[in-house]
Amino acid sequence: MNRRPMFLISCLAFGFAFFYVPILSMIFFSFNKSRLATVWGGFSVQWYGKLFKNSQIIDAAVLSIEIALVSATIATILGAMAGIALARFRRFRGRTLFSGLVTAPLIMPEVITGISSLMLFILMAEWIGWPGKRGFTTVTIAHITFSMTYVTTIVQSRLSSADISVEEAAADLGSRPWQVLKDITLPIISPAILSGWLLAFTISLDDVVITNFTTGPGATTLPILVWSKVKLGVTPDINALATIIVVIVGAGVAAAGIIMHRTDKRREREVQLAIKANG
Amino acid sequence: MAEATKEAKPATPAPIWGKGAPHIRIENVSKRFGDFVAVDNVSLRIEKGELFALLGGSGCGKTTLLRMLAGFESPTSGKISIDGQDMAGVAPYERPVNMMFQSYALFPHMSVEKNVGYGLKHEAMSDKERADRVREMLDLVQLTPLAGRKPHQISGGQRQRVALARALACHPKVLLLDEPLGALDKKLREHMQIELANIQYKTGITFVVVTHDQEEAMTLATRIAVMDKGVVRQIGSATEIYEYPNSRFVAGFIGSINLEDGVVDEVSEECTFVRVDALGGVFRARADKRVKKGDKITFAIRPEKITITRSKPDRAVNTIAGTVNDLGYFGKDSLYRVKLANGEIVSVNFVNARRAGENERIAQWEDKVWLSFDPTAVILLTE
Amino acid sequence: MRSGAARWFNLNGWRDIIIAAPYAWLIAFFLIPFFIVIAMSFAVTAPTSPPFAFGDGFPWIDMRNFARLFGDWLYVRAYLTSVWNALIATVLCLLVGYPMALGLTRVSRSWRNILLMLVILPFWTSFLLRVYAWIGLMGANSWFNRGLTGLVNMVLPADMALRSIPMMNTNFAVVLVMVYSYLPFMILPLYANLEKLDQTLNEAAMDLGSRPWRVFLDVTLPLSVPGIIAGGLLVFIPASGELIIPSLVGSASDPMIGRVISDEFSSARDWPMASAVAVALLFMLVIPMMVYQRFEAKAQGEDAQ
Repeated sequence: MNRRPMFLISCLAFGFAFFYVPILSMIFFSFNKSRLATVWGGFSVQWYGKLFKNSQIIDAAVLSIEIALVSATIATILGAMAGIALARFRRFRGRTLFSGLVTAPLIMPEVITGISSLMLFILMAEWIGWPGKRGFTTVTIAHITFSMTYVTTIVQSRLSSADISVEEAAADLGSRPWQVLKDITLPIISPAILSGWLLAFTISLDDVVITNFTTGPGATTLPILVWSKVKLGVTPDINALATIIVVIVGAGVAAAGIIMHRTDKRREREVQLAIKANG
Repeated sequence: MAEATKEAKPATPAPIWGKGAPHIRIENVSKRFGDFVAVDNVSLRIEKGELFALLGGSGCGKTTLLRMLAGFESPTSGKISIDGQDMAGVAPYERPVNMMFQSYALFPHMSVEKNVGYGLKHEAMSDKERADRVREMLDLVQLTPLAGRKPHQISGGQRQRVALARALACHPKVLLLDEPLGALDKKLREHMQIELANIQYKTGITFVVVTHDQEEAMTLATRIAVMDKGVVRQIGSATEIYEYPNSRFVAGFIGSINLEDGVVDEVSEECTFVRVDALGGVFRARADKRVKKGDKITFAIRPEKITITRSKPDRAVNTIAGTVNDLGYFGKDSLYRVKLANGEIVSVNFVNARRAGENERIAQWEDKVWLSFDPTAVILLTE
Repeated sequence: MRSGAARWFNLNGWRDIIIAAPYAWLIAFFLIPFFIVIAMSFAVTAPTSPPFAFGDGFPWIDMRNFARLFGDWLYVRAYLTSVWNALIATVLCLLVGYPMALGLTRVSRSWRNILLMLVILPFWTSFLLRVYAWIGLMGANSWFNRGLTGLVNMVLPADMALRSIPMMNTNFAVVLVMVYSYLPFMILPLYANLEKLDQTLNEAAMDLGSRPWRVFLDVTLPLSVPGIIAGGLLVFIPASGELIIPSLVGSASDPMIGRVISDEFSSARDWPMASAVAVALLFMLVIPMMVYQRFEAKAQGEDAQ
């Protein structure tokens, strides 16, 4: 009976090696003195220094974060609205189309989303004179469109697994539907909204393809900059940039994991105590 | 094999259903999960053809013991043998044992027929023999018309019967049943109890049932082992554990009972006199060789063995006066909670043999009543 | 007046706003662009700005793009390469991801949380950088390529010894990086599915005489089909339309369809042709989507009964 877990555990070990060896190798070579990114030439942190002096990279990073902040926030608001509508409003006109529209961007190949958005913006500029030039606004709109549906999915699944009788109880105790939404439903979905925002933020920060189509001259996001540099080959400063990103994300995910773990533990302990107190 | 046969003691009185050596031997079996002792040095012998029940509350170790018989857990120490064969290191799929799971564990992607025939795949038999066996099993549990259905298309009671047929199909030497009737409603449960006992009788397979429901254990089983905190507290027939419990725990666990501390006042050839301060007097019990004068014992009496009357009965040897503190009507009987002069409460069951309206009851709230009982009704617990 | 608006909001307005706002947004920025692509696929290029024109007479439809699509070997080949690469990547993801997902359900609870976090972690880091990491590994001078070359040379006779393995700019590289990038999309739905499976079903099969491998084939595998399909589509669909990976590590002479769309649009400025290729790609993906939908609907129907 014990042989199969051994096989599975070696598969896990192999799988995680596959996941992390490339990343670790990248981190390792970010401390390479040599300009040749794949040949070791001694230890150095010079590339990190150069990175922080490179105003092009800093500007691109700032622009990316600005776009991600704005688009994630709007996407979360719109996405949560759509999630609530689909999970709680049983019948309204055009519901079928609406639920289709909410899932379609998730599976639409990015290239198609990219060219269709770009064609829309060009034709709009042609016909109604807006948007005058492509850049921050057009990229943000495109990011909102495809990241809001992720938020919708998260909020909708949270709401459909939540106990609806809590909301019914509030209505029974005299709350009007709008108050029920405000006092009960929103607090219930607040964790989903938070994780939806984080996901929308990450997706926006990470996007290359759609940004590539919808952006214009002068508005280069960090992924677009990296994309154009990577096309030319491996360079040590990209290694350094990648390392910084991996460390930030790793720390963030680890922190979130620890907080969740602690909350779980505390909850478990409280439940145990409650059982003991009653029993 | 040979060793086990040699070890078997011919001195063991063979019960009517047994033929020689015990079928299942559990010797000094313990199971620990970390610090937690789930099963603590349990020894049991189960005879061939018995319907044996492991009865206890949740966490008493009964399910762990069953899972050790099935081979899903291995004992930390001790030995389990089935039909003379030591089960140590024998995988679940190699054991001559099948299990009916509490959740039934029917394969959701297979039809009723496929479920029942699943275990037969591993046996050397022709397709025809296999199909015949499945049909035979479905006939046994009366599910032939539903052979093509999937588990989610049949009712809870039918699922239970599929699980039973599936477990019986491979001719196990022992059938293990984990809370077999737990998920059924009351009516269906009563019906299935009888059906299970019938099937056990027809097939002659040894059944080991785990249950927390004493009624289920008592109606089904030929013998019951009462478990608590990993330990077997008493083994016996339903009558034995109900009428002759060996401890406060068993007495209190099976049915309801009035338990009071007492001291043996006097011992004679015919009877034992016990002083019970809580009941305010000295009461007569049957002669009991285990006790002597001055012994501290527990004086126990079941509520249905106490008679309740409005006036003091003339002939009764044990009488107590009290007032009705509370009463509950359950249809076939009523429960009276009678308060004695010192505040002690005694529970009494009154069988509603006569039809009587609410105003025609033998006693109402606050009525003065007399309780009386026969010396044979008293249980003296020395533990 | 203000109190009137407030009353409207409290009564029904809030509900209308919640539906209308995201609805309007999606129609404006997703549905309309989608229709533009479809309409554009029936247009032809023109030396105007924007560079397209519709046919003169009713119904203004021009099928030239689609005729070219099926007539020109370049496009057919790009579709085949895309499907083939995506299919291989999906199968490899399944082969690597299934035992990992199953392994995750078998380790202790605290380990499981850590390992799940490690599966998700690369997903949160930049997609681009994950592709980039492999560019570093696959280059002819990298330690990885040299090590691999060394291993291969141990088997090869001396006169056939390689100096390095040409990995970059091949379909092999595309598939490898796709597997690497999309593996979490396979593992996570599979894990969610496997974790929900009732362990007593395994015990029941074992109790009825099945050895572990048989239990896996009879119980675990058939019951995890929904997870396999979900994971497979989550890998296959984005992989077949992938643009970044083939652009960075793929061969230029054997492009995938995403790259063809992008090139037609940006380099050739042939909007109608790019749209036609895109519409054809969608048609190709509609089939797996419908399979998935039917499967889901069937599974839900069974649950409901």
